[in-house]
Amino acid sequence: MFKLILRRLALGVLTLVMVTIIVFVGVEALPGDACTAYLGRDTALETKLAKCRDDFGLNQPAHERFFVWAGGALQGDLGISTRRNKPISDLVQIRLRNTLLLGAAASAVGIPIAILLGVIAALTRDRAADLWISTSAIFAMTLPEFISATLLILFFSVWLGWLPGIVITRPDAPVFEFLQDIILPIIALAFVMTAHILRMVRTCVIDVMASDYVQMAILKGVPYWQVVFRHVLPNALLPTINLVALTLAWLLGGTVVIEVVFNYPGLGRLMLDSVSDRDLALVQAIALILAVLYVGLNLVADLLSLVANPRLRTMKV
Amino acid sequence: MTDALVEVNNLSVGFTGAGGATLAILRNVDFSFGKGETVGLVGESGCGKSTLALAMMGFLKPGLRVLEGDILFREHNLFAMNNNALEDIRGGDLALIPQNAGQALTPTSRIGRQIEESVRLHTTLAPERRRERVIELLSQVRLPEPEELLERYPHELSGGQQQRVAIAMALAGKPEVLLLDEPTTGLDVTTQAHVLELLRDLAAQTGTAMVYVSHDLGAVARVSDRIAVMYAGELVLQGPARQVLRNPAHPYARGLLLSIPKLKEAVVPSSMPGRPPPPGKAVQGCAFADRCTMAGQLCRDVSPPLVSTATDEVVRCHYHEKVENLPPPEPPRRGDGRSRDLSDTLLRLDDVSISYARPGVIDQILGRQPDVTPTVDDIVLDVARGETLGLVGESGSGKSSILNTIAGLRPPRKGTITFENDVSLNAPVDRRDTDLLRRVQLIFQNPDASLNPRHTVAELLAQPLRLYFGLNAGELRDRSVALLEHVRLGSHYLGRLPGQMSGGEKQRVAIARAFAAEPELVLCDEVTSALDVSVQAVVLDLLMELQARHNAAYVYVSHDLAVVRAIAGRVAVLYQGRLCEIGPSSKVYALPSHPYTEVLLGAVLEPDPDSIPVLMAEDAVELSPPARGCPFQRRCPHRIGTICDTTKPPWQKTGDGHVIRCHIPLMDLERRQRTKESARRL
Amino acid sequence: MAVANPANEAPGNRALRVGAVIREMARRPSGLVGLAIVGGHVLLAVISPWIVPYDYTTQDSRLVLASPSPEHWLGGDHLGRDVLTRTMLGGRQALVISGLGTLIAVLWGGSLGLVLGLIGGKVDDVVMRVVDAFMAIPWILFLLLIIAVLGTADAVLIPTLAFFYGISVIRISRAATHDVTARDFITAARARGERMWTIVWREILPNVRDVMLVDGAMRWSWMILAFSSLSFLGFGITPPTADWGLMIANGRSYMAVAPWAVLAPIIALSSMIIGVNLSADALAKTLGIDRAQKAPV
Repeated sequence: MFKLILRRLALGVLTLVMVTIIVFVGVEALPGDACTAYLGRDTALETKLAKCRDDFGLNQPAHERFFVWAGGALQGDLGISTRRNKPISDLVQIRLRNTLLLGAAASAVGIPIAILLGVIAALTRDRAADLWISTSAIFAMTLPEFISATLLILFFSVWLGWLPGIVITRPDAPVFEFLQDIILPIIALAFVMTAHILRMVRTCVIDVMASDYVQMAILKGVPYWQVVFRHVLPNALLPTINLVALTLAWLLGGTVVIEVVFNYPGLGRLMLDSVSDRDLALVQAIALILAVLYVGLNLVADLLSLVANPRLRTMKV
Repeated sequence: MTDALVEVNNLSVGFTGAGGATLAILRNVDFSFGKGETVGLVGESGCGKSTLALAMMGFLKPGLRVLEGDILFREHNLFAMNNNALEDIRGGDLALIPQNAGQALTPTSRIGRQIEESVRLHTTLAPERRRERVIELLSQVRLPEPEELLERYPHELSGGQQQRVAIAMALAGKPEVLLLDEPTTGLDVTTQAHVLELLRDLAAQTGTAMVYVSHDLGAVARVSDRIAVMYAGELVLQGPARQVLRNPAHPYARGLLLSIPKLKEAVVPSSMPGRPPPPGKAVQGCAFADRCTMAGQLCRDVSPPLVSTATDEVVRCHYHEKVENLPPPEPPRRGDGRSRDLSDTLLRLDDVSISYARPGVIDQILGRQPDVTPTVDDIVLDVARGETLGLVGESGSGKSSILNTIAGLRPPRKGTITFENDVSLNAPVDRRDTDLLRRVQLIFQNPDASLNPRHTVAELLAQPLRLYFGLNAGELRDRSVALLEHVRLGSHYLGRLPGQMSGGEKQRVAIARAFAAEPELVLCDEVTSALDVSVQAVVLDLLMELQARHNAAYVYVSHDLAVVRAIAGRVAVLYQGRLCEIGPSSKVYALPSHPYTEVLLGAVLEPDPDSIPVLMAEDAVELSPPARGCPFQRRCPHRIGTICDTTKPPWQKTGDGHVIRCHIPLMDLERRQRTKESARRL
Repeated sequence: MAVANPANEAPGNRALRVGAVIREMARRPSGLVGLAIVGGHVLLAVISPWIVPYDYTTQDSRLVLASPSPEHWLGGDHLGRDVLTRTMLGGRQALVISGLGTLIAVLWGGSLGLVLGLIGGKVDDVVMRVVDAFMAIPWILFLLLIIAVLGTADAVLIPTLAFFYGISVIRISRAATHDVTARDFITAARARGERMWTIVWREILPNVRDVMLVDGAMRWSWMILAFSSLSFLGFGITPPTADWGLMIANGRSYMAVAPWAVLAPIIALSSMIIGVNLSADALAKTLGIDRAQKAPV
């Protein structure tokens, strides 16, 4: 098992190395560089451009710049934003906190509800409760975030006036000041997340319910709820660990829409701004941070299932 | 029957089919047994025997329902009980031993905890005494080191061990009735024999009644006082085991017995025509009428009632008095593959070794082979044109690996394979020329996997014809029809998909596909293992006929010694990827034998009330072959000392090309084996 | 001859099968609703230019944020354009771009996954590592960046969406191929000496086709979602072209006074996505594949 963990860690590092390369090459491959973007493509005078490139060290060959950049990133130095003239780490830090806050709060609400509803749907398979839950899940899952968010604002702040529709708190305000602002964004995010996870939980539980060992448990005379808790759930929830991580990582990358709708000062909005401004160094940095989050979440999920699944735990490599 | 413990009264079980029609899979079953009785419930796949066994626990698979009748346990209707009462009975008075214990044990729960659960639910034992009881149960099923086993998870045990755990779990509630649903299917021959002996002993010790459900008459013969035979959802015959096995009063039971290959007879058993109706099909008259040689108009019109015979049987047949005097259906076919000129060598394997170990990263960089014991080693074999060589062994013996290597799917690690003395078969498939590919064909165990489910029979047969002969559309059809005829299928099968055929029909299409290439060597990998016995006999017969027609040689891999005896002229016995014995089958199946062959033959169960298996070696499963010495050293009942562990045994010749690989001098070996044999007779 | 050459029979069978699958889908209530919605949207997209009541660019100052009326059933937007007209036209871009994008994504991702699944070995290992890395990258960021730099022409949008969506198709198709290649009929074909492309084309493809169809249907709905999100963020369609995402973004600021200008495109877009999803679900059930098992990425 120790060997398995090591291998999994090495794989994660390898993926990250490749991500850095892809991000760097991707940005390089697009026409224009940080200076043309900064100065504007048409008006950029040759002399100004040359000076700017000199200042930001863009005249060095690409592979040298890559190692400078990647080396810096490794030490937590993500470079300097051309447009904002500030260290990127400072810009990103507080935004990342806000996005993580949003994600964590939505998971804390969404995951337990998803598991509960998923199990209920599976146990009442094809009966009324299941049909209601499953159909609502399809709706929740397919509704674009900007629509559900817009509808939430329309109902709860425009028509009912209960909650603020947009966040007006300063980005670097302490966490507790966000609490009221954050309720609607949490609901919007949790909505999609719950729907996705719920459907997976339902499928897994149904699969396990049809297994030979559950039939055996019933024929052993184990009472229904004991069958569910001792024989079904431990087996059905194992595969969902990975699926939950995938869903989470995927949704975190997509919070940009929700952050825009609610004017929430998170990483997603910074991402949108950086793209609009062609702040390429910032784009690279955000891409890298989100990739680290993705790889990290999956790694945690893999390690968790390694610990939780006796089949993997006792595997000899 | 007085004092019935379980009584099935006129039970019909069915489901609602696609068109809304009610389809019955059990029809008017009457069946009962009393305390301490052991009853065998036999029938082929789809006959409803498992459904009946589960119904006796008050359990029906989702979608099934009782159409009429009931099942009484101690005079209480199981289907009228509430959940609490059922939960008490299940695992308590009525316990099930499932078919596939590996899948019936919860994977995330430790063995100790799963058995303890049964103890907790069905006894009043104090919590601190339960562990002790679990250990006691594990020892009772003869599992070594039970304390250590408590902490294990199911996947860490071998198939035989898992089955024993399932038995221990069933015994936890001190049941009055044990229902066994194919408990030894899927286990190796020797393991199966050990588990069966264990069950026999348990029944004798505890006085538990047993219902033993199986398709295997050999296994049932060993454990039952009484045998009930099912066909197409009906109970067609019931009677004392000896009577049913020797002289059954129902033509189906008789046909079934005749279609089982016997260890002592080198003939292909006679087969029954046709196939059983699919489960749920409505039947007019006697369900067996279509396949019965003595069926008359009465049989097709009127469903026969259950009647008692003078021989203490209960039978569902209009003409049961005549069954005894039925002539044997047709003279059994003698294997053509046994009278071949062995000097005309077609295939030769010389010192072949196969390894599944993949070199690690470092080995790859240094370009060296990993130094591990190969899975298959030291194989020296030859096959003459037109003969059948049987390759026998238990799971993990490497018999399929050898076939795949000959077919070019996995090149040997060392050694040479030659075809017709000059063509090398060491090359993988993609480096063999088309003609060589054509001459060597492979048939697989399971036609469900070996036939592409998306292709019609026409397409399946067209593939080799196009590839090897470049036939055009018209020629393809004519040739395909001819091929189907050779496997006794009509041309209307051309448009069918595999999903629309029965297992036997599919395997016949697979055989037709192999023979479409007009091969000289056909590699058969357990080709009848997935089939019912009555179907197996048809396929074996067909293989013999095709061999005679095409003069093809077979390498026939099987774990079933009786099947190999029926079809093969020569036999090679494999253990852990190493050869133990090769020779003409008449010699291999007689003394002296390699100790492993002796163990295997001793474990074979025959559908004969007087056949008693001899258990000699431990049935512990070995995971990898020993690096040195004799492959059978760890389990050998005749082990003579350290020489067995350190030195590769010599080939000892007995004549007629029969060789045994053993350190024990042949005279000595034969004497030891004769002593055992006579001890067994007594 | 009653039975013709099987090769000639195949197309007929296939057409029959498509018909049968659609009929079977329509047998389920959800499938029927889904198919009807999708059919309605496609029909509307085709004929809408000829049946819209007004011009979609004409700005009428009296119509600015006007309430629904008999002349203008869904009122006017913030620039005084007829909302009904714009809603009827607003799905055309989304349908065409997402449809073509999905097709390309499934084709390139599907074929690459199939080949990888079949050959396995080192090439497979390396490519899958790269795919993993691509999965880790926030694709929306790159999508936005590419569009910001290269513009919002269809020639940019379609290949970009198809590229990023194709990456995840690779994994699905590779896994489906692995399921098939482990079966004996592939071994049989190899042992027979069939060429690689014959094995891919005749043995594997018919068995992964269903999985890919269902995956494609599901991915289509996600691509509509992604496309309208882009347009909502201002990275999709250039005004004044009517597009639901853009209409929602614009109408949002005025939704306190003119909720219809937001609700009309919301209902239109939601119904299309739900319709595609219900159809995908029904297709999955009809073909016997449970799509809930698949991860969303």
